[in-house]
Amino acid sequence: MTVHDHGDHSHPEHDGHDAHAPVDDLDHYAPESLLMEQALRELLIEQGVFSAEDIQRQIDLTESRTPALGAQIIARAWVDPAFRAALLEDAKPALGGAFALDLANTPELTVLENTAGLHHVVCCTLCSCYPRNILGIPPAWYKSREYRSRVVIEPRSVLKEFGTELPAQREIRVVDSTADMRYLVIPLRPAGTEGWDEERLAALVTRDSMIGVSQALAP
Amino acid sequence: MSGASSLAAGVPVRVRTGEPQTHCRTPHYLRGKRGVVLRALGRYPNPEELAYHKPGMPPLTLYQVEFDAAEVWGERLHEGPYRIVADIFEHWLEPSVQPAVPGHEQGASHDRA
Amino acid sequence: MGKHVHDMGGDPAGPIDHGEHARTLFDQRVDAMLRLLAHPQKGYFTVDAMRRSIESLDPQAYHGLGYYERWMRAVRQLAIERGLVSQAALEQRMAAIAAQRGGKA
Repeated sequence: MTVHDHGDHSHPEHDGHDAHAPVDDLDHYAPESLLMEQALRELLIEQGVFSAEDIQRQIDLTESRTPALGAQIIARAWVDPAFRAALLEDAKPALGGAFALDLANTPELTVLENTAGLHHVVCCTLCSCYPRNILGIPPAWYKSREYRSRVVIEPRSVLKEFGTELPAQREIRVVDSTADMRYLVIPLRPAGTEGWDEERLAALVTRDSMIGVSQALAP
Repeated sequence: MSGASSLAAGVPVRVRTGEPQTHCRTPHYLRGKRGVVLRALGRYPNPEELAYHKPGMPPLTLYQVEFDAAEVWGERLHEGPYRIVADIFEHWLEPSVQPAVPGHEQGASHDRA
Repeated sequence: MGKHVHDMGGDPAGPIDHGEHARTLFDQRVDAMLRLLAHPQKGYFTVDAMRRSIESLDPQAYHGLGYYERWMRAVRQLAIERGLVSQAALEQRMAAIAAQRGGKA
């Protein structure tokens, strides 16, 4: 089998320097994987199952969902009690209204609120379920064997590896996304941010704080 | 199980045991463990059938169930107390006579008000 | 039958690698193909079928392959199962691409 040289730019679609700038280092893939991808994609396009444009549109859509969107949502929830209540009650309609997100055909979503007494941390021990339509694709560690295995049996140790030490009296709930529901965490609003506007607040909301392995940044 | 689609918040349940040869969404570490229903999450086609290109109908009720770490891990637990929440389909749940942890307050008392 | 390889909750495991990995074009395309084929309105297969297909990889393949490489094999398997392509046509095309790439190298 021919080894696909990552410097090979004979395929025009590898040449585009678009905004998403995918990494093109393919050395760590089995050559068969790369052949399989191209072959299947070509055949399905030829048969009209989807088009090359469909693929690109799907990639663009996926890349457009990033933790920055989640951070805006959290910041709004911190400043707007009615929105926060709606979000906790039924997340998808609340987001459809306030953020004009098209969440039809996406999995159900529940928003969990961290408080001074209760901390949620989300995982998927069976695969990699994640609120992709809000946060984008999950980080590598979220999908890793180490995280998936350990967070349900030693959450405090895992949180410590993320630099998160919670007060001893704060209860922890590990949420394993085992089925059709996806979970997004509202981190505790940091002290000292009274009167801040949404934009400033959003800068404190990290991806990891919306998974629950971290807290929001201190101001 | 009959009547499972009406499990109310606070009802003690036990996850069924079993080693299905097929795809299923009930993690191994929770099988046979006792927990408490937090709420019903709606009805969804059975993933064990969807996985084989079948329609998975009629849909099954999915429950958010909370477990005490001590119940789940027993002697393997080496951290302070915490809870695990997982979403379990009705056909994997059966009523539990005993509460998950004797003397433990049942129900979603610490759930958001 | 014991616990399956994908079902990891509580398994012994080492420290978590916090490194961030940018996605490659390969990753993006495999992901896009899955999303398009599993889209509820296309309905060629479901995410549960995808999971079942990934879970049926033998443990060596499951751990030996990268994340999106596992996905690639699962999408391929399901495309064949659903009659979207034949295994023969796929292998033929793979050989043709390999020959073409070899010729250009």
